[in-house]
Formats: sequence, C-alpha cells, structure tokens
Amino acid sequence: MRLTRVAALATASALAFGLAACGGDDAGSDDAAVSGGKSFAAGSTMERLNKAQVVKVGTKFDQPGFGLKGLSGKPEGFDVEIAKIIVKELGIPEDKIEFVESPSKVREDVIINDNVDFVVATYTINDKRKERIAFAGPYYEAGQNIMVKKDDTSITGPDSFKDGTKKVCSVTGSTPAEEIKKHVKDVASQVVLFDTYDKCRDALKGGQVNAVTTDNVILLGYIAKDETSFKLAGDNFTKEPYGIGVKKDDTAFRGFINDTLDKAFQDGSWKKAWDDTAGKFGAELGTAPAVNRY
Amino acid sequence: MNVLIDKFDVFAGGFWLTFQICILAAIGALILGAVVAVLRISPVPPLRALGTAYVTVFRNMPLTVVMFFAAFGLPALGSNANFLRIPVIDAIFTRLGTDLPYFRFALIALILYTAAFVCEALRSGVNAVSPGQAEAARSLGLTFGQNLRYVVLPQSWKASIVPLGSVIIAMIKNSALIGFFGVVGDLSSTADQLTGAEGYAFIPVAIGISIGYLIMTVPLGALLDRIERRQAVAAR
Repeated sequence: MRLTRVAALATASALAFGLAACGGDDAGSDDAAVSGGKSFAAGSTMERLNKAQVVKVGTKFDQPGFGLKGLSGKPEGFDVEIAKIIVKELGIPEDKIEFVESPSKVREDVIINDNVDFVVATYTINDKRKERIAFAGPYYEAGQNIMVKKDDTSITGPDSFKDGTKKVCSVTGSTPAEEIKKHVKDVASQVVLFDTYDKCRDALKGGQVNAVTTDNVILLGYIAKDETSFKLAGDNFTKEPYGIGVKKDDTAFRGFINDTLDKAFQDGSWKKAWDDTAGKFGAELGTAPAVNRY
Repeated sequence: MNVLIDKFDVFAGGFWLTFQICILAAIGALILGAVVAVLRISPVPPLRALGTAYVTVFRNMPLTVVMFFAAFGLPALGSNANFLRIPVIDAIFTRLGTDLPYFRFALIALILYTAAFVCEALRSGVNAVSPGQAEAARSLGLTFGQNLRYVVLPQSWKASIVPLGSVIIAMIKNSALIGFFGVVGDLSSTADQLTGAEGYAFIPVAIGISIGYLIMTVPLGALLDRIERRQAVAAR
C-alpha cells in the first residue's frame, strides 16, 4: 500500500517537473512525497487543515452536473467529487467537508475573506481573477456553445448573430455573457440577461429569444432533460479551463492540489468522478488537461 | 478604486439607461396615478371602487412579483407590449423600439406599481384642502371636472408635491430590479457584469453604482426641500 502510494506520487511529481518549465514551486509535492501517513510541512495550509480535520469548500449549489444541491441536502456533481478527491488526499474524511455556497459573484471574496479553504465552482481561470486569487488546475476544459430549438437551422455558431436579427440569452455577470456581446451587432436589441438559466430556457421556449449561450456542459444539462426541444448549434467557440481557487500567495497548497489532480488524472478517479456526474449528460470529458503551475 | 476610472464608460452607460427608464416611468406613473386618483375621489361609486381596487392590488404586491408578471406573464398572453413603441419617443429612448420586449415589460411594471403610490400622494393632497372649498365650488354650479381643475387641484398640488417627490425617489431606487428581468446594462446590473464576469472587487463597484443613484436622487431631494421651504414662507 505504502509502496504504491509512493510510486504514484513519484510519477506525479516527475510529471509535474516535466510540465513546469520554471519549477521552483514544488514544495507541496516534496512535502507530500515524504509523508507516509498524512503529515505535512509545519505551517502549511495542508497541515493546518489536517490537524483541524474540517475543511470548508466553496462550490455552486445550482449547477446541474457540477454542483447542485438537491433533495438530499448535499451538493452533488463533478466539482463536488473533485473537492472530495482533494480532501481525501489531505487525510480528512469526506463527511467533514463543509460545502459553502459560492455563486460566481463572490468566489474571489470568499477566498480572500477566509470563508472557505478553496473553491471548486465551474471557475474559469483568467488573468483578471489571478490578480486577486490563485488557481490550481485546470481539471476540466469547458467551452462556450449555443443552444437553439431543435428545428432551428438558421443559427450555426456565434457569427449567426452578426446580422443583427437573432436574439440570444445568457446570465448576468457571467463570462459567456460578455463574450457573446462581442459577436452581436447591437447589444440592446439582441442580448437578454437573466439571473438564472432557467429563465433563459423559458424565453427560448416562448420564442422571445432564438438562442441561449453559456458553457457547453451547462447547456448539455438542459438538453439532457428535454432532448425533443433543444440542441447545440455548432462547436465550442471558446476555451474555459476550470480551475480551483486558493489564496493568492499560498503556493504550497496550490502545488499540493496540482499534484493531487495529476494523481487523479492517472489513477482513474478523475474519470470516475466525471462518469458519475456530468458525464451522464453526454458531455465529452476529453483527455486530462495539463495542470498549469504558473 | 481604479475600476471607477477604468470602467467609467460602463458606469456611464448604466446610468444613462437607468435614467431613461426612470424618466419614462415617472411620466407614466404620474399620468396613470392622476387618473386613478380622480377615480378614487369621483362621485360615481363603481369608479371609486375601481380606483380603490387598483391601489389595493398594486400597493400591496411586491414589485418583484409585478415585474415577474410583466416579464413572464405578458409573453405567455402573447403580448410583446408593442403599443409602447411610440413613434417619436422611441427615437429618443431607443430601447422602447427594440425587438426585445424586456425594457417595455420592466417599464410597464414600474409604472403600474408606482402609480398606486402616486395616486395616494395626490389624494392626500386633495384631502388636505378644506371640504368647504369643494362645497363652495359645487354650490356655485361647477361640475366635478371644473371643481377639480379650478378649485381643488391647484390647492392640493402644494400638499402633494413633497410626498410625490418621495414616491419618485423610491421609484428610482426600485428601478434597480430591472436588471434581473432581462434588461441589459442598467446601473445595478453593471455590478453583476463587473464583479461576476470581469472579476473586480465588489465594494468599489458598489460605491460607483451608489454614486450613480445619488446623482439622480440627491438633486431631486434638494429640490423638494426647496419647494417645502418656499411653501412654508408662503403659508406664513
């Protein structure tokens, strides 16, 4: 048991060194590699959490396939499974995870204000966010797509909005909403934003809009529920790498999560997490993304 | 606080859209509210009942619910509120004339809701006019309309103006809801855009938005104070 773990970690760190061109931030992997049981370098976030035996994780409660709190009262989805993989590696039992609802707007704030220890919440890695927090991962690469009515052949991709007649719906304060604004002729007469995707779907059904746009996995969730009404129009037109948000200066913890992800990519637990959750919607997992140790 | 400078155009655009819907909604609510007030003080009982029913419904229902009915009920009834595409006005307030109906739906909801309060502010002014005035006018043979136009309303106006101003200020603040019902780019929804999609810190953005609302509400409040002082002088 012990031997296999050390072997797996050695593979993981070898891979990590191979990927990280600059290196020098792999303190986390070294700490983990010398840990036979679960002990971590003194003063590190991992040690603090391991000692406390509780961990607070920010996730979404309203995202089918990724983080959805249903009748069971516990959030379920791919993000939740990823969080469990990381927490397990910290030597903390699954039932000691406290999930904190973290909608898009507050994700940076909950990290900075210590409301959570890390955030797994369909969290697209981008430079603006990196100014305030740091990202481990990515652990999945989504992309923006467009959902239309099943019988609609007039929309084939984002360029279909250029002529100024087609109307499109998305959610306020989301990256896809800003992205689609670049593809339309006139924002005021073509773009509708609501606070939830359910309202967008209703507007599409009712004919007030011609399309709904956001990350493919979210749209696939709606299509899975109603295959006779909706379909995707064309291929993904952006890349949205989902990362795990941690404190900006906590390089050791970030390295630890990256190592854990690399390990999960290798040992199949990453794929299993997907197949049990978002994979049920027919979304493609693709190959494991390379974690970015910036 | 750089966001205030870097994204000034976003704040300015949001301010302009909120300003537009507030102007339109204020005009609409004052007209509709005046009509309902006349119904409520008219001598015909069914009309009075109609006015009372209107106020009861729209004053006691949360604005969110009214917005919801407008934004999702009207389309279900097959209406896109195209009657609000008024030819000359939609050239100035361009959102009125777009194919997307949500600006018009939000406008309808704001007008219906605020009109109930406008009606009550006007009616309180009418009640402040001593009954002897209206009775004297009636004894002179003035009709109900003439009575209102020449005797009651010119006097009640003074007592109504300050509460009316408060109603309009409340309406400007209420307009912050429209961003949740499909109107893109109003002042409060710029907060969602800047914090959610673009990752700016929340507090500086909230400060920027507050400034936007204060620019609209503070001068209106100051104007009301001035009118009040003038009336005090005149009453002495």
